[in-house]
Amino acid sequence: MNERPNFSRQSCPLPLMDHDTVQLAHGAGGRLSADLMEKLILPRFRCPELEALGDQAVLNLAPGRVAFSTDTFVVSPIFFPGGDIGDLAVNGTVNDVAMSGATVEALSVGLVLEEGLPMRDLHRILCSMEQAAATAGVRIVTGDTKVVDKGSCDRIFINTSGLGVIPDGVNLTPKNISAGDVVLVSGTLADHGMAVLTTREKLSFQSEIRSDSAALNGLINTLLQAAPGTRTLRDPTRGGAATTLNEFAAAAGVGIRLDDEAIPVRPPVRGACEVLGIDPLYVANEGKFIAVVPADETTPALAALRNHELGADAAQIGVVVDEHPGLVALRTSLGVERIVDMPVAEQLPRIC
Amino acid sequence: MKHLDEFRDPTLAKSLLEKIHETVTRPWVIMEICGGQTHAIMRHGLDRLLPPEITLVHGPGCPVCVTPLETIDRALAIASRPEVIFTSFGDMLRVPGSRDDLFRIKSRGGDVRMVYSPLESLNLARENPDREVVFLAVGFETTAPGNAMALKQAATERLTNYSQIASHVLVPPAMEAILSAPNNRVQGFLAAGHVCAIMGWEPYEPLAQKYGVPIVPTGFEPVDILDGILKTVSLLEEGAPEVANQYLRAVRKQGNPAARAVMDEVYEICDRKWRGIGPISDSGLRIRDHLAAYDAERRFSVADITPNEPAVCISGEILQGLKKPDECPAFGTDCTPTSPFGATMVSGEGACAAYYRYARRGWK
Repeated sequence: MNERPNFSRQSCPLPLMDHDTVQLAHGAGGRLSADLMEKLILPRFRCPELEALGDQAVLNLAPGRVAFSTDTFVVSPIFFPGGDIGDLAVNGTVNDVAMSGATVEALSVGLVLEEGLPMRDLHRILCSMEQAAATAGVRIVTGDTKVVDKGSCDRIFINTSGLGVIPDGVNLTPKNISAGDVVLVSGTLADHGMAVLTTREKLSFQSEIRSDSAALNGLINTLLQAAPGTRTLRDPTRGGAATTLNEFAAAAGVGIRLDDEAIPVRPPVRGACEVLGIDPLYVANEGKFIAVVPADETTPALAALRNHELGADAAQIGVVVDEHPGLVALRTSLGVERIVDMPVAEQLPRIC
Repeated sequence: MKHLDEFRDPTLAKSLLEKIHETVTRPWVIMEICGGQTHAIMRHGLDRLLPPEITLVHGPGCPVCVTPLETIDRALAIASRPEVIFTSFGDMLRVPGSRDDLFRIKSRGGDVRMVYSPLESLNLARENPDREVVFLAVGFETTAPGNAMALKQAATERLTNYSQIASHVLVPPAMEAILSAPNNRVQGFLAAGHVCAIMGWEPYEPLAQKYGVPIVPTGFEPVDILDGILKTVSLLEEGAPEVANQYLRAVRKQGNPAARAVMDEVYEICDRKWRGIGPISDSGLRIRDHLAAYDAERRFSVADITPNEPAVCISGEILQGLKKPDECPAFGTDCTPTSPFGATMVSGEGACAAYYRYARRGWK
């Protein structure tokens, strides 16, 4: 799926509702609940499984192994440059399922709404979920809505779960990694985390930093066709690339050596990281994966990735080595190697 | 980020390294003052590119590390109060006091907020007139002017719900304490560039003369640090205990007079205890008496809190350049960033944390 529809000019008008904010009764199962479902939610996610309005969705899946994942989204702010909590909730779970090499089939959506949430905001989030699901080519087949007292959650929390079927012969796991393999990243690092941080803390930098929130199932499909020997894939979300690479090194009992100068980071993102004393290798991404591929498939893998809109900045960032098993090292521009450690906790901006 | 690339240029860095190798003939011990410099040295692996004659030791320039435990305990006591919105820079949040840290206070319902500028805490005070907004004003001469500006503004606006815990520290008295110690081994300094941008390099001239050490105000990028080391080594080899400014793009001899004026208006010099080092005369800044209404420690009467330090930690010797982090028997085993004994391990700017993160034992 190389073509991403452009929704930016489409309008998604708010249907006429009796209330302009979410009321406790919208989650109580009565008339207001039905109103919310029929006017706001169903029109966004129309598909036969959902419209049956049963207690469950009944799916016909292709035979094979099923990949199943769940994630809960509590991001603040709920709107940020490059995305919002809605597309993040769809893309995040699509990506978690797709990292297994599965064809992502269906999602569930659980909404926890805080009493008083503006209907306009809810509608905007549902519209972006609709668009994200359409772009990823997945259906939202079942869901649930709860409304909690004001103060019991921060405006809106979203849980999504996803199902996909793994094609025969695909078996992606870090245990496949061995010395000599090559580490690729599908694009620039740290965009999402820095977009959220700079928006949340109202830090203004000269150029806007945008989240990279995107569904990667299409890009993964492209990669697996070009590099069928791909060992493993993972999306470096919380904890960033450093965490993912440390997990790979530990699981496979190998060392990983990165090349500092090869790691792609957009200049404004790098600048914001420098100012705040944050290392981009530890910052969250929501539209990137790290792939380990056999050395002889590096060239076709990179060519295929770079030919895809979401992989234009793909790069080889390191190699897998026999030395220092379980550790990730980084070769600095001066040719010295240092450790890239697992993060202890969230990085905190420094005093000076 | 052209500006940054220039100061990370590998070709320039390599030519500076060659000059350092050519210049050095004898062993020298050089201290970089600032924790930011320590981290740059470890992050870029500069220490492993220097000739074996040069030993870098790591100075006390980590504000989080040297803030005394009693200040942290008093901050925690104030942050626990229900009427208080407690504001702090991010890296103070995880620093343990005797029993707690600010994150734990927050998890128990304390209103603790991370700010990026002292002026944000002032905004909170304006927006929440029924709450007490307290800002934890720690740091060296670099952060003091901004913090002074916030307090001055609060006084101008006659805000009655804003106060600071002011625990600033000053670099030159700490350098003098290190130099005058009988077991001192530091022969030259890379002074902290950002501190010098405020204070200028004039205050270092008497120190250089009295103790016969070269002092080089230095920046924070690899090329800055290598250039600073080259200047220091050249002065040491020549036997010239002078002040030579490496950080030309930020530091003037007089510093920033406007910033110094506002600091002087709000704060006055006082004796200060440094965590791990002990009391140093005239080494801190406190809020002047006419602004006592904005002094949180007086406002909330917490002055009687006096804690005890854990005995095993050698962070004091590390902060004075007497030992290196990996000379501590607990380093990387009993003491790690997840279970730190002392502030040099817990703070992102601390020397122990830098060693653990970039080059822990067993790493070539």
